[in-house]
Amino acid sequence: MPSLDDLKKRIKSVKSTQKITKAMKMVAAAKLRKAQENAEKGRPYSKKMQNIILNLTKSISDPENAPKLLVGTGKDQVYLCVVLTADRGLCGGFNSNICKLAKTNFKKLLSEGKEIKIITVGSKGLDQIRREYGKYVIKKLNFKNKKQISFNEAEIVGKEIIELFNKNEFDKCIIFYNNFKNVITQIPQAQQIIPAEKIESNDKDKTEEKLSYEFEPDEDEILEDLLPKNISTQVFKALLENAASEQGSRMTAMDNATRNAGDLVDKLTINYNRSRQASITKELIEIISGAESL
Amino acid sequence: MSENFAVEIISPDKSILKSEAVEVTIPSYEGQMGILKDHIPLITFLRPGLIIIKENSGEKKFFIEDGTVEFSNNSLLILTSTAKSVDSLEKNSIDTIIKNSQEKISKGEISDKERYLLSYKIDTLREINK
Repeated sequence: MPSLDDLKKRIKSVKSTQKITKAMKMVAAAKLRKAQENAEKGRPYSKKMQNIILNLTKSISDPENAPKLLVGTGKDQVYLCVVLTADRGLCGGFNSNICKLAKTNFKKLLSEGKEIKIITVGSKGLDQIRREYGKYVIKKLNFKNKKQISFNEAEIVGKEIIELFNKNEFDKCIIFYNNFKNVITQIPQAQQIIPAEKIESNDKDKTEEKLSYEFEPDEDEILEDLLPKNISTQVFKALLENAASEQGSRMTAMDNATRNAGDLVDKLTINYNRSRQASITKELIEIISGAESL
Repeated sequence: MSENFAVEIISPDKSILKSEAVEVTIPSYEGQMGILKDHIPLITFLRPGLIIIKENSGEKKFFIEDGTVEFSNNSLLILTSTAKSVDSLEKNSIDTIIKNSQEKISKGEISDKERYLLSYKIDTLREINK
């Protein structure tokens, strides 16, 4: 049985923890709104960009000579995996979920005899991946000192990827990130960006007619200009989704923590009151029995 | 039947404009290009210049540095990271941009393509400043 003093101390410490989690929750909620707005605003751009690329792919006349960024190197031996995570912890399963998905993929690829190379963006992912797959990590990036993710950050990552691709360092590139669905649900996702893969769309007009586009100057030049941009755009989208997911995830986690702390305080208070009462009763009994024996 | 078609300008972080236009002039890489309704499907990219959007009610101008344009099914889509409404540009800031660009050209370490793009940028900005 813990002493009264111990209980008092515990109640106090739980209460101050609760204050912290509550504050974190509120900060996350405020940031979430902004991040969510950004993510939603960013969606049309990346979606339309993807669409243009797909249209281009469909109408390409000479697939053999098409840029490699679009059609791939024709091999699938070396995979570049870009794992996007947060730089901060205390956000529930956010980082773990991405890493779990990434690790499952790594395992699968390795068991198929493929090679993997890993780029981590965000320090929390690195910490989790380094333990098992440290030797595959070729590059670590993080944007710790950036308050707000802008397109520049995405371009840094994008350039890195393209540079490696031009050096023939890998055949396929997959990015891992959390897709922000709503505050409670974030879905970890693996998206292949090189070669460009069609995202499953729920649109009904799947059988859209093949449009024959007029290109100016010509297909190749447009593709050369567009494909690197598309990579950065997809990374940017992933970063935005991630930022929103991180805040959402943190908010729910901190909300739970606050509630837990509340429950714990209640429980401890009852304990405290009981043992206080018990000691009072004990003292009374002692006094009374002492008086009776006189 | 209306002669309008949908125009959208989207940048990575937000949608800048969504409206209907009668005619849109874009600075395509190989020259100015006017687009009317029922243009054939088109994909092209842009050099620095002005996008002029003629609507029923008036005209809107945007200064852009690069971007990609897709036209299909009577909807014009302009993807750019640099679109700025001409009205929102200030004279002083334009002057600084012009100066910076000129410095870049005079350094002479740039490729012909960049030089071409920069010269258009300067010309357009000068025109705005007039």
